[in-house]
Amino acid sequence: MNDEVIEHIKQNVIQGRMDKEDEGFDGEMVGQPGVKELVQQALDEGIDPRRIVVKGLTEAMKIVGEKYEAKEYFIPDMLASAETVGAAMDILAPYLAASGVSPRGKVLMATVKGDLHDIGKNIVTIILKGAGYEVKDLGADVGPEQIVASVREEQPDLLGLSALLTTTMMAMKETIESLTQAGLRDKVKVIIGGAPISAEFAAEIGADGYGADAFHAVRIVGELQQSS
Amino acid sequence: MPREGVLVHSIYERLNRDQMERIHGASMEILRHPGIICYNRDAADVFSSHGAKVTTDPAARCWQVSIPEALVLSVLNTTPKVVRLGARREENSLILDGGEPRVYFSSGSETNVWLDMRVETFVNKADHSIELELATFHQRRGMLADLCAAARLGEHLDNLDGFIRPVNIQDEDITEENKDVNKFFACLNNMTKHVMAGLTSLDRLDEVIRMAEIITDGEEELRRNPIISFITCVFKSPLQMVDDTTQKCIEVVRRGMPLVISASPQGGSTAPIKEDGMVAQINAEILCGIALSQLINPGTPVIYGSVPTRAGLDDLADSYGVPEFNHYNVDCVQMARFYGLPCYSTAGVADVKVPGIQATVEKLFSHIVIALSGAQYIHYAFGLLDKTATFCPVQAVLDDAHIGMVKSLLCAPKVDEAEVAASLEQIRKVMATPQKFFVRYIRPKLRSGEVTLPYPFEGDKAKDEVLLQAHKRVQELLQRPVEHIPPQTNEMIFREVPGILHRLNVYHEG
Repeated sequence: MNDEVIEHIKQNVIQGRMDKEDEGFDGEMVGQPGVKELVQQALDEGIDPRRIVVKGLTEAMKIVGEKYEAKEYFIPDMLASAETVGAAMDILAPYLAASGVSPRGKVLMATVKGDLHDIGKNIVTIILKGAGYEVKDLGADVGPEQIVASVREEQPDLLGLSALLTTTMMAMKETIESLTQAGLRDKVKVIIGGAPISAEFAAEIGADGYGADAFHAVRIVGELQQSS
Repeated sequence: MPREGVLVHSIYERLNRDQMERIHGASMEILRHPGIICYNRDAADVFSSHGAKVTTDPAARCWQVSIPEALVLSVLNTTPKVVRLGARREENSLILDGGEPRVYFSSGSETNVWLDMRVETFVNKADHSIELELATFHQRRGMLADLCAAARLGEHLDNLDGFIRPVNIQDEDITEENKDVNKFFACLNNMTKHVMAGLTSLDRLDEVIRMAEIITDGEEELRRNPIISFITCVFKSPLQMVDDTTQKCIEVVRRGMPLVISASPQGGSTAPIKEDGMVAQINAEILCGIALSQLINPGTPVIYGSVPTRAGLDDLADSYGVPEFNHYNVDCVQMARFYGLPCYSTAGVADVKVPGIQATVEKLFSHIVIALSGAQYIHYAFGLLDKTATFCPVQAVLDDAHIGMVKSLLCAPKVDEAEVAASLEQIRKVMATPQKFFVRYIRPKLRSGEVTLPYPFEGDKAKDEVLLQAHKRVQELLQRPVEHIPPQTNEMIFREVPGILHRLNVYHEG
């Protein structure tokens, strides 16, 4: 029985089915439990939350990644699957904490001051949550003062900054300088991304990493964590 | 269920009703005076016996035929408005309905040159560490094995609805006597879609039909599911009915097989370059051929075949990549619709000799416009380059992808009460989420085909790898199996139909 619900979780993550209202690939799955309901069911059945993560979520995302590499899946599929994992992790978080399991890391995300474009930041947030990180999203048009205050309060391992416009990308530099002035720069790794951003720009303003796209960003986050 | 093609929901037309009636009137005037020059005695006799004024020119061994409008109008009443083109797999059948703008795309037509692509590595002269893989193209004569490969490829091209042999078979052991049976067999044995072709020799017509009857299991089944059809270009423009092709037309319609009656004048040389004059003339030529078919065998299935081109200004060769080509062809589609007849039209030919940017521009220009006009059967649409002189498999694969995009472009919008209600629900749901992201709703639409996939030949980052990717795709498709004619049927064909070369027998060992 345990294996059955885990297998259902896995299959629903692969399909990116969030809940019972999700129609699925063929549009005919409305009413059948999705990841949210199945994870809760698994917990109710007393299944170890770590087993749900490893056998249900992680194995499913491995298959999703393979399908993406094989060009069978596209970005929307990856995002939908990652989103279900993020939702599952929200449900599992207190159970995992009670079992002594902590998230892979804590990431603070923000689109910088003057910029309202948050699609890129939202995608990275979804993928990071799907990869097992605890993510706090500060939103768009976030000034250096608020970011500094949040870093001080939340004590994240990483800070992700996003900008779409050439006119707002300099706010990233301002934010990093504010972190330095507040004495927090060595407490948090900073990764930046967005359409006008490059690895050169990241180095120029003193960021620790640059994500060319959402998946690259997640890899860089992992590398920065290992190096710290 | 026949193939879906694409039903164009909102067609593009150039001519208004008044202009179509003027063109029709001009065509009728042309058929009356100057009339046509007919080099075929049987046709002249048929016209004469049905009220046309026929005078003989013994010196030129031809007949001057003046056809009254009443004669044309009377035969249009008997001409079928819907023509079914069958297929070895019946789900690949095509329904050409003169009253419905459902568009099918087909290959065509008998090029002499087969264009191979190779991938070669070039080294930078200044820095030998820099290497580039580039496409190079190599011409050669088309052979029987190439036609088999083209049919196999065509079987696997999703957007190829019907097949006209795209390569002339020029093997040493192919003669005028055995060409027809070999070309039809090569096509039929390597694909399950409809096969259409012209005849090289009228003497082989009954053997080709017998081959099709064996495949469909009898004459009656072939009439119900005509897996083959024929094309005859009865006119040498301007207005000269050719003896050979007219006789082929007569014999095909006597046997009741579906037939495209086509004309292919060139605006500026064998027809006026002016749109109205060109269209009036080609319309007269096609209607004259259709009239002949219906006078011989009323109700026989025929298709209005319009292949107008424009004279190239540098060489007076056919030019396909110019706007006037589209003007002429769209007008012809409208004239066919004016009479309620299904139209065999033309699109997708590039004037350039090799695949690339120019080829794509020239091809898409007509692929989109002619499909938008609602032509029922668009030939020449796959792989043709150099003004129909060359067939290139890599180009055919590219065309297939582009035609797929054209089909998606032309589909009807889905806007009704249920769809709008579903969208409102989706918007409300998404607005209640923290990320406000619609991405997950792409998935079912992607699977149902409502959302088009990324361009299949896109390379990494800044590299243009379209040709390299298309080349890989050709190799991959040619590796896929096809459904050959079953062994017993194959054996019966080889026994009863003379002239098919032994090497086409896929069941022969050794």
